[in-house]
Amino acid sequence: MRLLRIVPDDTKFDFMRFRRISFPISALLSIIAIGLYFFHGLNFGIDFRGGMLLEVQSKAGPADLAKMRTTLGGLGLGEVQLQQFGAPTDVLIRIAEQPGGDAAQQAAVQKVRGALGNEVDYRRVEVVGPRVSGELLSYGVIGLICAILGILIYLWFRFEWQFALGAMVANVHDLVLTIGFMSLLQIDFDLTSIAALLTILGYSLNDTVVIYDRIREMLRRYKKMPMEDLLNASVNSTLSRSVITHVTVTLALLALLMFGGQAIHSFTATMMFGVVLVGTYTSIFIAAPILIYLGVGENRDSGGANKSDKP
Amino acid sequence: MLYFTRWKAAAVLLTALIVCLCAVPNFFDAKTVESWPKWAQRHLVLGLDLQGGSHILLAVDTNAVRKEQLEALRDDARRVLRDARIGYTGLVVRGNSVEVRIRDGANAGQALPKLRELSQPLGGFAGTTGARTIEVSQEANNLIRLTVTEPAIAERVRQAVDQSIQIIERRVNELGTVEPLIQRQGADRVLVQVPGLQDPTRLKELLGKTAKLDFRLVDLSMSPQQAQQTRPPAESEILMSSQAPKVPYLIEKRVVVSGADLTDAQPGFDQRTSEPIVSFRFNSSGARKFAQVTQENVGKPFAIVLDNEVISAPVIREPILGGSGQISGGFTVQQANDLAILLRAGALPAPLTIIEERTVGPGLGQDSIEKGKLSSYVGAAMVIIFMFATYGLFGLFANIAVAINVAMIFGVLSLLNATLTLPGIAGIVLTVGIAVDSNVLIYERIREEVRAGRTPINAIDAGFSRALATILDSNITTFIAAAVLFYIGTGPVRGFAVTLGIGIITTVFTAFTLTRLIVAYWVRWWRPQHVPI
Repeated sequence: MRLLRIVPDDTKFDFMRFRRISFPISALLSIIAIGLYFFHGLNFGIDFRGGMLLEVQSKAGPADLAKMRTTLGGLGLGEVQLQQFGAPTDVLIRIAEQPGGDAAQQAAVQKVRGALGNEVDYRRVEVVGPRVSGELLSYGVIGLICAILGILIYLWFRFEWQFALGAMVANVHDLVLTIGFMSLLQIDFDLTSIAALLTILGYSLNDTVVIYDRIREMLRRYKKMPMEDLLNASVNSTLSRSVITHVTVTLALLALLMFGGQAIHSFTATMMFGVVLVGTYTSIFIAAPILIYLGVGENRDSGGANKSDKP
Repeated sequence: MLYFTRWKAAAVLLTALIVCLCAVPNFFDAKTVESWPKWAQRHLVLGLDLQGGSHILLAVDTNAVRKEQLEALRDDARRVLRDARIGYTGLVVRGNSVEVRIRDGANAGQALPKLRELSQPLGGFAGTTGARTIEVSQEANNLIRLTVTEPAIAERVRQAVDQSIQIIERRVNELGTVEPLIQRQGADRVLVQVPGLQDPTRLKELLGKTAKLDFRLVDLSMSPQQAQQTRPPAESEILMSSQAPKVPYLIEKRVVVSGADLTDAQPGFDQRTSEPIVSFRFNSSGARKFAQVTQENVGKPFAIVLDNEVISAPVIREPILGGSGQISGGFTVQQANDLAILLRAGALPAPLTIIEERTVGPGLGQDSIEKGKLSSYVGAAMVIIFMFATYGLFGLFANIAVAINVAMIFGVLSLLNATLTLPGIAGIVLTVGIAVDSNVLIYERIREEVRAGRTPINAIDAGFSRALATILDSNITTFIAAAVLFYIGTGPVRGFAVTLGIGIITTVFTAFTLTRLIVAYWVRWWRPQHVPI
């Protein structure tokens, strides 16, 4: 049987040369992402902003959004957003946090239930009061920071500090771009998004660590190879693995995206962007070349290329 | 790397087998599993997002607890000063303290030790921590300040949460639902999870009521309207009726008998009017007090007050001596039922507020399970085909290892009685990705070693030993992310973290043992001349 070969053996791409393009591009994209975050904003879900979310299913055929909008608009609950959710019978209702503390949220959700009555099935009702929403956001941010620090410390022990720093730059870059992506498409930013960001962090690191592992091995073995060649050789020799792994992860995510339903749609879309698009690019074009700037391998014998020193 | 002793091989296979077997109870329905021995009954629990149900987070009103504590302290101080016959002015609650001004400077020195007696040691046996409930200090101008210490307030809140949990348990159990979960969360919160509930409205009503029931006399010295316009007498207050239209009542503040004296409450129907009612019974001290008051006040109305609302204010026709009675207040059958439940369960020590609610209907839960299954099957099928196409026989080995890996994840989850949520399923799908990656790392390394000119067995050996170090490094980093998620996450995020974390552990186990074992035996039996990848 002929086996599938996505990446041919012994590739010799000069990835390191791209750093003169990839670094400015990444810097630019990061600035755009930060700009998006500040000027376009994230579409905070009720987890972090407080408020109500109701997923209802019309019992008699497709839901009449216009009629629902007038019914709910007349309740005096401020901004009410309605959105078709999956099937034509399903509607997602979002109501902003009500002034007047936790009890006011409960009163409002009772009003909505009263107004819609028995014409709909309540598939999901979520109410997050002001006290909880503030906590959830700070826990989320603290969690992300703790994860990055924990990973950094581990890498610092396992490798040298340059590697830990390089990995962190790559990671923060991934997170920044993903947050920019979520801002651009106005994907709901809720607790699940924090889970998605942490998974992206884990995956992206996974990839970076695989390449760094190889670089460390090569550094020990080839004492005299120029740093650029060594990094290129490392990335090329792990290229096949990077591609195959990402194909399988993409396949798994694709299945979730197509058949997983609306509930995890934004989660998988974010993962797809973060893991597949950004994560791979970062570990090859940012994480590896940044080691040159951080001065890895400078204090080795730099006696030029030696014939016996080729991989 | 490729040599396994027979014992080691047996141990690896046995471990994998046992862990996989732990997943077995999930394939049988609950009835069948119940007949099995206890140790074999551990199984996965479906999260509320999959089986439907309500998740409600309640917060104890700490301000109310604090206020009540300060008012009790004020009353104690008044009693102490009166008993010692010390004159004072302006006994008030201010901020976190009670302040009192002693009228005669000569008495201040006498008042201080008396008031100090109110302070009690706090925490540990015989107050080993040294902290006290109240700090008493003397200020200028004969002012004495009694401050409730923060530890004392925290302790009181803790007790209030404990009591609330017990009362909530009694209330929720009356709903007759399966396996409700009620637990403390943080310093002042209670989490209530009730699976399989269609409409949480009734549950929320049962949770949100303090259910403080008092029997008090109606103050007839002036009409309620008059009192509203001028000022109610010092010993009375204006309370509104619970039923619409809201009518004001002038009620004495003194409580004749409180709900704490009830021993039983049952819903029923009035024999004459067949209106829904709640009949109740007092304990002996309650019965005695009630008998005495009704004897003295025949012909006057008394009020039944629930959570500061007047349910009804009937006129006492004759002394009630039997220690039992009934409450009628224009209830529906449901309302009478709920009131009986609330009275039986007792009053909450402080009001509870719902600060978070998440309810999933059973229909959505079922849909999510279907979608979770479908996407897992499709994802798995695509990955299996791709791996086989890429690595042939070794791809098949990888697929077997990954399948065992997934079975082991379910086994460990069952063993922990873990909760499977929709994000949890996503975590499993992602683990499949990671598990495949470990195989890819190994095989790609073997390929490289073959290209570097090693003999097949040498290449396989070197491939394993080098790839495993990388696998460990990359999985530990992902595991750190999962661990952080577990500690900070709640609900769905935690479910994701659990499956991801367990998945990483089983992945490392399979990569280090099972995959190696399969390849080792293949090498031993086939003595390959070249590596088919």
